[in-house]
Amino acid sequence: MSDPRAQARPDPTRPAIGQPLARVEDERFLTGAARFVDDWVLPDLLHAVVVRSPHASGRLRSLETSQARAMPGVVAVYAWADIAACARTIPVRLAPLPGFDRFLQAPLAQDCVRYVGEPVAMVVATSRALAEDAAERVEVDIDPGPVVASLADALAARASVHEAGTDNVASRYTVSRGDPASAFAAAAYRRRETFRCHRQTALPLETRGLVARHDPVAGRLQVWGASKVTFFNRRWLAAALDMPESSVELIELDVGGSFGVRGELYPEDFLVPFAARQLGRPVKWIEDRREHLIATNHSREIECELEIACTAQGEVLGLRGRVLGDLGAYVRTNGGVVPAKAAQFLPGPYRIPNCEFEVVALLTHRTPVGTYRGPGRYEANFFRERLLDLAARDLGIDPVELRRRNLIGPDEMPFDCGVLCPYEPATQYDTGDYPMALERALDAVGGGRALPAPGRDERGRLTAFGVACFVESSGAGPAENARLRVLPDGRIEVGTGCSTMGQGHETVLAQIASDAMGLPVDRFVVHHGSTTLVEHGYGTYHSRAVVVGGSAVDLAARKLVARCAALLAQRSGLEPSMVDCREGRFMHRTGGAVLGTFAQLGAEAAAGDAEAIAATQVEDRFEVRKRTYTYGTHVAEVAVDPETAEVEVLRHLAVEDIGRAVNPLLVHGQAIGAAVQGLSAAFLDELVYDAAGQLLTGTLADYRVATADGFPRVEAITLEEHRSPHNPLGVKGAGEGGIVATAAAVANAVATALAPLGVTLTELPLSPERLARALRAARASPPPPA
Amino acid sequence: MSLPAARPIRLRVNGETVEGQVEPRLTLADFLREHLRLTGTHLGCEHGVCGACTVLVDGRSVRGCLMLALQADGAEVVTIEGIAARCPVRGEAVARGEATLSILQESFRDLHALQCGFCTPGMVATAHALLAENPAPSAEEVRLGISGNLCRCTGYVPIVEAILDAAQRLREGA
Repeated sequence: MSDPRAQARPDPTRPAIGQPLARVEDERFLTGAARFVDDWVLPDLLHAVVVRSPHASGRLRSLETSQARAMPGVVAVYAWADIAACARTIPVRLAPLPGFDRFLQAPLAQDCVRYVGEPVAMVVATSRALAEDAAERVEVDIDPGPVVASLADALAARASVHEAGTDNVASRYTVSRGDPASAFAAAAYRRRETFRCHRQTALPLETRGLVARHDPVAGRLQVWGASKVTFFNRRWLAAALDMPESSVELIELDVGGSFGVRGELYPEDFLVPFAARQLGRPVKWIEDRREHLIATNHSREIECELEIACTAQGEVLGLRGRVLGDLGAYVRTNGGVVPAKAAQFLPGPYRIPNCEFEVVALLTHRTPVGTYRGPGRYEANFFRERLLDLAARDLGIDPVELRRRNLIGPDEMPFDCGVLCPYEPATQYDTGDYPMALERALDAVGGGRALPAPGRDERGRLTAFGVACFVESSGAGPAENARLRVLPDGRIEVGTGCSTMGQGHETVLAQIASDAMGLPVDRFVVHHGSTTLVEHGYGTYHSRAVVVGGSAVDLAARKLVARCAALLAQRSGLEPSMVDCREGRFMHRTGGAVLGTFAQLGAEAAAGDAEAIAATQVEDRFEVRKRTYTYGTHVAEVAVDPETAEVEVLRHLAVEDIGRAVNPLLVHGQAIGAAVQGLSAAFLDELVYDAAGQLLTGTLADYRVATADGFPRVEAITLEEHRSPHNPLGVKGAGEGGIVATAAAVANAVATALAPLGVTLTELPLSPERLARALRAARASPPPPA
Repeated sequence: MSLPAARPIRLRVNGETVEGQVEPRLTLADFLREHLRLTGTHLGCEHGVCGACTVLVDGRSVRGCLMLALQADGAEVVTIEGIAARCPVRGEAVARGEATLSILQESFRDLHALQCGFCTPGMVATAHALLAENPAPSAEEVRLGISGNLCRCTGYVPIVEAILDAAQRLREGA
């Protein structure tokens, strides 16, 4: 399948939704005219550098800042005592499991440090270089303590991350559906395995950064560099600084990627605005890459003991197990999302009637954890799909056939999932034909009813296919607002509470508004990412910008047209229903004279006409009642060199049904980009800590991510078969389905290739080092029966 | 602690002569960004791995974070802001203000070879140098040629296609 090519101009004879339009954003990025946070310069700007703990655990004996204060250009050095009067702990925004409030982080360490990279002071100077010079002169005296450096350490509780003598369990719960005990007792087949997913981070190419300015006369604080959940962060920051929320503006500039980690509330989000207010001068902080790797959220580290119960024919009767999730040293904004979602998504797209999962959220002396694209799903899909392949092998059933027998069918929709997440109500998969996506993937790889058989290539490498099916939630609530305003020239300004990190929402929201108002796409100017644009906003996470933000734009746009029509109808003494809007002009349904245009009403509004203002400036809100669920299948084909353990991904295909693609070009880009990110993580990206809690992968030379020569044969097929009934556009999210089943599919392919050598794969990453170790171990033990 | 005194440099940037007083420790990337306000050159790692800061120095792709501004004394530097004017096909139109994008930049847009846009200037600079050296590269040669530039959004597949597309269009003189 050839990749889509952008359509330079919209086809006016068709709806804008569905057209692969080139992005309006692109020109500024291609010419260097974009403005990222480090490009933002203000007069009198100061530069901040954060001093971080070099130890993973210990008591802060003293912090000597006098030498640093005496360095050239230094304006201030802040330690805990300087911020204690107003500093609050970083809040839990999501997944607030019981007990979490004992493990929150203050913006600067008070008397203990709990991970390498924990902020202990902040230096502010007239240039970044001078601030860095001075930061080296801050003497941090720490009495090192015992280190909880792994999940195993945390469970063993030989040391405590927080209060001495306590175990390292931040929270623990069990969820279930059906009657797992009876199902397992009666099952003909059971198998239990322990799986592990490794610690990773999202690694956006732009590091985090902030610029803050406080105007004491106006009593106003502006913070540039915001992202993701700007309104939530504003509320917290305003309260911490004891300012009215309306006096604080969080502004998003161009953003160099997020994938979940950027825009959460971090210690710096307090420290930088605090310093700007204290000093009466704007302050900039730009994270460097080493700092990013220890200071920005990590994710994905989960160990899962999982047991499956089946009939002899491969009907899955039950799934049960225990999810151990590492939260790092503190519970931060994402709370327990990662382990909770890993448990919730264990049953995936299969009907599995009986489930029971214990979730244990653990603390370690390492960088705190947050969400990374497909949080919990990437891990859960790997655990389950790997176990399904093992079960299929034991039962002598083809792995595709085993899945076919258990996938939820279209006649079972909506499908009740029960309550598998303790802080959310019962959920339902909305729509879909899960077996169809599997068949589409098989068709695309020429597999017929099963995957092509494993073999050897001409170089003696072991080749095999692997498959993984998934379901993915999107469109999280609670709501989103959109504000539309007609400008005097007839163009329409669209404001959204969503933020954007490179996806292309300026283009996509214009396409949605275009269809709702019957105006060409180029008549819309989309603004996002300021807390002043809409009354309330929620942001961009959980693949929601188009589902929720787009629906809000659709509602507001239709309301705007209706109000303008009503005003013009009233002026002409007509019933509103008698007035139609065609291409920006309002006229009597039966034709005839033009009663008015958007441009005319926009000009009247600009001139101060109250009726015109009310008609042409509209805000509306879309409330999420239920989430949307995409689904699909990934297929991977690999060749494994049994001598070097090197794996080549010969092909990776991601098939996903997203209901309706607003811009197929951008959807395809999301799918391919996500798939490569997922493959990168499956083979390369690994945050490695030593027993002292030191990060060993602190540069991009050590923390490796995919390069252009790594995974060249990645394909995506987007289906638009089953729309969601839960929003006016029928859309589902498009940002995460490409990543969530990558590790699962490719691990199944590698495991199938290596199965003849007696290797059983249960851990990520599939690095040559780990695979070589598995191969050596297999060679050392007798081969399995053929 | 006293820092070594600033020293004068003189170079050409995007076709214009530029003079500056620079501290010896100042990198070329910081000179471009902070002294000249050419902020299209981005810093993604500051240790020479990610390639976001790639610019053209005397026609070759160079990491702006690994070269000192002093080392660029006398050099001809081209950044993303000036690259379109160096397009063999569109260059003159761009210089006259009648076009904004080079063929290569158009291919990036048409094949959706950028999302967040942070790696894009470095990627375009690297590809520009690659095509100047090898106007008819294979897909494999393109992949290796840009393998020193990280992109976290696109998965590289559309970037490779865009460079191949641009190579073909440039060869056809379109």
